[in-house]
Amino acid sequence: MTIKGKAYIMGAYEHPTRLAKDKSVAQLHAECALGALADAGLSKEDVDGYFCAGDAPGLGPLAMADYMNLKLRHLDSTDMGGCSYIAHVAHAAQAIAMGKCRVALITLAGRPRSEGHSGAVPRMRGADAPDTQWEFPLGVATINAYAMCAARHMYQYGTTSEQLAWVKVAASHHAQHNPHAMLRDVVTVEDVVKSPLIATPLHRLDCCVVSDGGGALVVVAPEIAKSLKRPRVKVLGAGESMKGQMGGEVDLTYSAGVRSGPAAFAEAGVKPADIKYASIYDSFTITVVIQIEDLGFCEKGQGGRFVADGNLISGVGKLPFNTDGGGLCNNHPANRGGITKVIEAVRQLRGEAHPAVQVKNCDLALAHGTGGLLGSRHGAATLIMERE
Amino acid sequence: MADRKIPAPGVNPETEPFWTAAREGRFLVKGCASCGKNHWYPRAICPFCFSDRTEWRPASGRGVIYSLSVMKRAPEPYVMAYVTLEEGPTMMTNIVDCDFDALKIGQKVKLVFKPTEGDGPPFPMFTPA
Ligand SMILES: [Zn+2]
Repeated sequence: MTIKGKAYIMGAYEHPTRLAKDKSVAQLHAECALGALADAGLSKEDVDGYFCAGDAPGLGPLAMADYMNLKLRHLDSTDMGGCSYIAHVAHAAQAIAMGKCRVALITLAGRPRSEGHSGAVPRMRGADAPDTQWEFPLGVATINAYAMCAARHMYQYGTTSEQLAWVKVAASHHAQHNPHAMLRDVVTVEDVVKSPLIATPLHRLDCCVVSDGGGALVVVAPEIAKSLKRPRVKVLGAGESMKGQMGGEVDLTYSAGVRSGPAAFAEAGVKPADIKYASIYDSFTITVVIQIEDLGFCEKGQGGRFVADGNLISGVGKLPFNTDGGGLCNNHPANRGGITKVIEAVRQLRGEAHPAVQVKNCDLALAHGTGGLLGSRHGAATLIMERE
Repeated sequence: MADRKIPAPGVNPETEPFWTAAREGRFLVKGCASCGKNHWYPRAICPFCFSDRTEWRPASGRGVIYSLSVMKRAPEPYVMAYVTLEEGPTMMTNIVDCDFDALKIGQKVKLVFKPTEGDGPPFPMFTPA
């Protein structure tokens, strides 16, 4: 059994807002759903499968499905943090392949910017979670959990702050062309390493933006895809996994991408060198370096050298990444960047990215994400897509 | 520098012996009578062999810093860290009572219990040895 060729992404929509003080979270979800269905040329009545994660208000998928008055025969609220929506595409493809639904809608939305949430403040992730009593009192926040990974990667492999900075520099080169991006100024390595230290060794410009907004995707069965007018983006392969502290055998230098990546490549029947464009979750610059290694774009420990000197810049480097400006410059709605990773990959495969960043002959793309905290426990999801 | 207020840990029946010992100044880890390995954080079921024959074992409180991050953007800066214990497991903790900017990965550290808010049990943290 495989999902290869069993489903197509036919609708993709990124909400243009980055500050939504005048909207509710449910409204943002529904506006995203409307946008993605319109993009596909489908209506709400066509939807028979719905996917969302922890950003959706209410109990699992129930409240949002009821708000939108969907008539469903398949529901899935798998939550592994920011990469959930990448996994949702795979789960939708599985459900479609099994005949459980034919038109799957995936939504994400949130307004952390309006609500004043920041990755520098410790967040309680469930008072009854078994790790909470051992970790929450320590002040573990999003940024210092990732920063410990960066510190260890530097110690073990000689990765430098300047190399990490190149990830942000590349994202900013792309964001200058995106009118919706929160940060459109091109920055230099020096700008990044001279920005204030937030949690050593990460600086302010090593961090993604905090933005309101959201996105949605529509994944459909092959016969429906063929009836629609939009370019067809075929699901080729996917993988998912998680990694934690392994009972105390902690290793912060790699992610669960070491499992989700190879699984996706094996199912798709392609290799890293075949990928023309990659959306790589960029919560922080270090996230990109570790994931690129784990996906096999370079050897473990060589990620810092790989991303340096513009190697991630479209039209310049070997691996064009996050051509929308990514989470680092464009958008990180609900503090969860997975859906925007798929959306920009779809734009690239359709040839609808901004002309200044559009990858030529982009027929094979990857979207990969990390959810939760790379430094304690996280999920990973990888998706490989092809233009048909 | 003012110390950061440390929230009290949410003790439950599975972990109560650890925190009771902590109140007496004793630092325990959980080990497994079946596979022999120590683990962190403490669990009733061994995360390595899934045996329920786990037991509390006294630990030395000595270790080395596996990684660390100085949280600069906080009202009172603090140090998130992982420390690898002499007994094997690597645990998430804070490094306290020292010059934060001088800390290094690989540095030897020793346990200190730090008071928590309210009537909470003291929390295991580390300081340079
Ligand atoms: Zn055992």
